[in-house]
Amino acid sequence: MRNVAIIGVGNSKFGARQDVNLAELAFEAVKPAYEDAGITGKDIPFVALGSAGGWYEETLPAVVTAEYCGLTGAGLVHCEAACASGSAAFATAYLDVASGHNDVAIAIGLEKMREVDGPTILELIGRAGYYFWEFHNFGITFPAYYALHATAHMAKYGTTQEDLALVSVKNHKYAAMNPVAHFQRVITVKDALESAVIAWPLKLYDCCPVTDGASAVILASEEKVKEFKIDTPVWVAGLGYASGTANLTNRENYVGLTAARAAASRAFKDAGVRPEDIEVATAHDCFTIAEIMAYEDIGFCKKGEGAKLIREGQTEIGGKIPVNVDGGLKAKGHPIGATGCSMIYELTRQLREEAEKRQRQVPLKKYVALAHNIGGTGHYGYVTILKR
Amino acid sequence: MATPLPTLKSRPLTLTYEIPISKTQKFWNGIKEGKIYTTKCKKCGKLSFPPVADCSICLSSDAEWVELSNEAEIETFTHVAILPATFQKYEPYTIAIGKLKEGVRVLAWLKDVKLENTKVGMRVRLLPKVTSESMLTLEFLPI
Repeated sequence: MRNVAIIGVGNSKFGARQDVNLAELAFEAVKPAYEDAGITGKDIPFVALGSAGGWYEETLPAVVTAEYCGLTGAGLVHCEAACASGSAAFATAYLDVASGHNDVAIAIGLEKMREVDGPTILELIGRAGYYFWEFHNFGITFPAYYALHATAHMAKYGTTQEDLALVSVKNHKYAAMNPVAHFQRVITVKDALESAVIAWPLKLYDCCPVTDGASAVILASEEKVKEFKIDTPVWVAGLGYASGTANLTNRENYVGLTAARAAASRAFKDAGVRPEDIEVATAHDCFTIAEIMAYEDIGFCKKGEGAKLIREGQTEIGGKIPVNVDGGLKAKGHPIGATGCSMIYELTRQLREEAEKRQRQVPLKKYVALAHNIGGTGHYGYVTILKR
Repeated sequence: MATPLPTLKSRPLTLTYEIPISKTQKFWNGIKEGKIYTTKCKKCGKLSFPPVADCSICLSSDAEWVELSNEAEIETFTHVAILPATFQKYEPYTIAIGKLKEGVRVLAWLKDVKLENTKVGMRVRLLPKVTSESMLTLEFLPI
């Protein structure tokens, strides 16, 4: 395997995007990524598109996107790993370049979720587990899947609803400084605690919004980095991926995600770094409890101490390990298939020290960052480590 | 409020899948008889729930049907207030995961217990049920 660099990134505005269709939304991420790298679609022989789909009209989103963005003719694949589809696309593009099969590849994460109504979205995501055994008779929703983890975590470790609210408050604070974020406003613990119950103990402000968005990442070999005269390449230092059972009932427990722990440990081994080397991270906070479990599963703290980390402010800028200073899924928004690439977009900008706005820039010494992206309820786990 | 932007409505599509159950029929028939059956691998002895025709551990397809007890302990639960499209006509429901004394776990609705009285570790019964809409299901009930 050879070294692979990120040479260009782009991200659409996240939000309720009724002004654009699927391909037009992708274009908003792909064109800035081309411009960032100083290349065009003609220079890119391989495209991996991550999208979960089902809520938009197109069955072949990769084909539609490739044509619209001037990528037709390149090798093309559509990756599905539920909410980690963007990371699956990133991993696929990375492996294509690392293997030497191609010298340049693009990963595009894309989701257009708001073309169907709310109950239909809950239905489609609720079926994303094991339809036959867990949805058909019981109508489980995605908030409910994570609520089962929140209840177990609260019972075992004394995590509280206030702790969950603190995650939301932190992520809203940073989203308000992030021009691409869905939500641009701060909230209080009181707002979070008084919001409507969605799936107890999770309330509205514990849940990520339904968001439309796209993100793109261009990867290249060392020779291409030189040829394209890329001044600040960001290197893929390590990658780890793993999976969990479809049936939640076949898991060991509900206080963490085995796939996340396995993916993190593989990524750390691959990169030759440890959790204490990470200076900025994005974690999969589709629900507030998910961020607390992520701290523990990645190894930023011991199992059961995730709530302590948020209470002490250790995951804010200035703390031990800033997490989701782009607003996270909770407040930047979670366009399912776009999220994995959008995490790489954010970390690339952080490692190049060009985060917008400047108050969001994490001070760096080692220039090591980590992205933790989960598909389903720990069905898919992807952890990516980047270095400048 | 801003005027919505123009959109074009797609052709509607309604999908219903016909899901084969020939290999798990004993489980579904059992519910009608008031019993909960699952499978145990004859080769490696692995007890599964949900029931499986093929063993993921030793890959044997030689499974026997065994009846499960109805004694369970709640490991975790949630109360679902905002419901998905095909459950809109139901009242909000509590979903629990219970561990049976045989060691397997089951996900089902927990009925007849108020949310404030629902606790991790509480002991419950798991019962088969044919619903008013003739759906075959399982539910947890308080002891």
